[in-house]
Amino acid sequence: MNTHNSLAREALRSIAVKVELSSGNVEPLLHEIRHALAELLREGRGTVIDLKSLPLAAGEEERILQALGSGEIQASLNVFGASEILETAFPGVWVVTHRDEKAIVQGRFIEVTRCPQILCSQDPDIAAGLNRLCAFLEWPADPTRGGR
Amino acid sequence: MRQADSRLIDYLRLQGISRRGFLKFCAAMTSAMALPPAMIPRVAAALEQARRPSVIWLPFQECTGCTESLTRAHGATLEQLIFEAISLDYQHTLQAAAGAAAEAARQEAMEANFGQYLLVVDGSVPLGNPGFCTIGGRSSVDLLTQAAKGAKAVIAVGTCASFGGIPMANPNPTQAVAVSDIIRDKPIVNVSGCPPIPVVITAVLTQLLTFGTLPELDFLGRPKVFYGESIHDRCYRRPFYERGQFAESFDDEGARKGWCLYKLGCKGPVTYNACATVKWNGGTSFPIEAGHGCIGCAEPGFWDRGGFYDAMSVTRWGSLKDLAIAAGAGAALGAAASALAYRKQAAAIRREKTSTQDET
Repeated sequence: MNTHNSLAREALRSIAVKVELSSGNVEPLLHEIRHALAELLREGRGTVIDLKSLPLAAGEEERILQALGSGEIQASLNVFGASEILETAFPGVWVVTHRDEKAIVQGRFIEVTRCPQILCSQDPDIAAGLNRLCAFLEWPADPTRGGR
Repeated sequence: MRQADSRLIDYLRLQGISRRGFLKFCAAMTSAMALPPAMIPRVAAALEQARRPSVIWLPFQECTGCTESLTRAHGATLEQLIFEAISLDYQHTLQAAAGAAAEAARQEAMEANFGQYLLVVDGSVPLGNPGFCTIGGRSSVDLLTQAAKGAKAVIAVGTCASFGGIPMANPNPTQAVAVSDIIRDKPIVNVSGCPPIPVVITAVLTQLLTFGTLPELDFLGRPKVFYGESIHDRCYRRPFYERGQFAESFDDEGARKGWCLYKLGCKGPVTYNACATVKWNGGTSFPIEAGHGCIGCAEPGFWDRGGFYDAMSVTRWGSLKDLAIAAGAGAALGAAASALAYRKQAAAIRREKTSTQDET
């Protein structure tokens, strides 16, 4: 997708100056994910890593995402712009990217969990949906009266 | 004017925003506030109960860069939402065409929300001839002191409001001072930078909106979460500094290889801001990544401390002896010297403030 952000990055890459360095944070981060994954399996506890909080050199975020690869599930959420929820090649490791309506990344998280919370249907939305269905069926809206 | 009594969650529901959308908003805001992701549920719980605060925004001696930074940077929807989540009752740059009606709105908002509204100020305040900066025939000092009386807290946005900034630069023709030089009896948060990173401005507003508290501040009154570490501490070029590899000019081999810009005047070691992590233009880059050293714009008096392209060792950012060590040696000595220079800078600022107060 040609977004403002990706266009800007592309323009930066085209500049002749090539920075040949590493912040040294890529491999430790992958080990942190390894630890988190083991913890998820052992204790059922999830971990969320905010990629924006790490000092990464140009291209390192891409290297991390490349190393994680893509797995079986890719979902998108369309509210305040598109969000991508991607299971990586390592089951239990998800990359959740929130973009605004101009496709600028507002947050990018690595979630080590069985299913990211944002994918789950949320109670207030379920309740609103139930009310809509009741209205469609001309059924009383009170959710405590599920059957008669 | 909107009364500051409606809940944010109700406002979002009225906009047709789903719970998932709310969670996305909370995730982005938690990231913006530089809080750990484990805080997202707490942020969501707090925001559900948050009430929309009234905000009065007073721009004084400024270039409008701070307002531009926030409102025009990239028009992010989530940041716009924060703007919508507050009740911005007065911003006379944005309301310039409204004239007397805008002034009446300010007065009405201050009376209706006395003791509860947030006062945002950008620009320094002239103590000289009031004619240097008047609004509706009233001096900046008068407007500021009146607005601060009923404010819950004051947020000084930009280096001008925080420390006097460029208007205060030698010879300071307007006798410009910072907000904190005038207002002494209210909590003040300094969000310095020329301009500040937009998300830092919104994150401070979000922190107040979410938790109803001010963020933890450093000795210059800045939120530690964004100003707690130097640009140098978080710079991705730091490994070169530690190896003593410096660009000597903007087109030499070192520059092409992305080596440390310390000798080209980078003030990263004594500048405390979040540019290296939060970055600019939607997280695209920051000056050092673009090949230019940090000019130290988030620090007091940055304009008067020598050339932007002179190494710190020949400017007024620290002592020659300490900083020469930093340039020549490696990590441990460099970090220690930078920290020492920063402590000396802090002490010097305290001394300058004390002597200014004694003189006045």
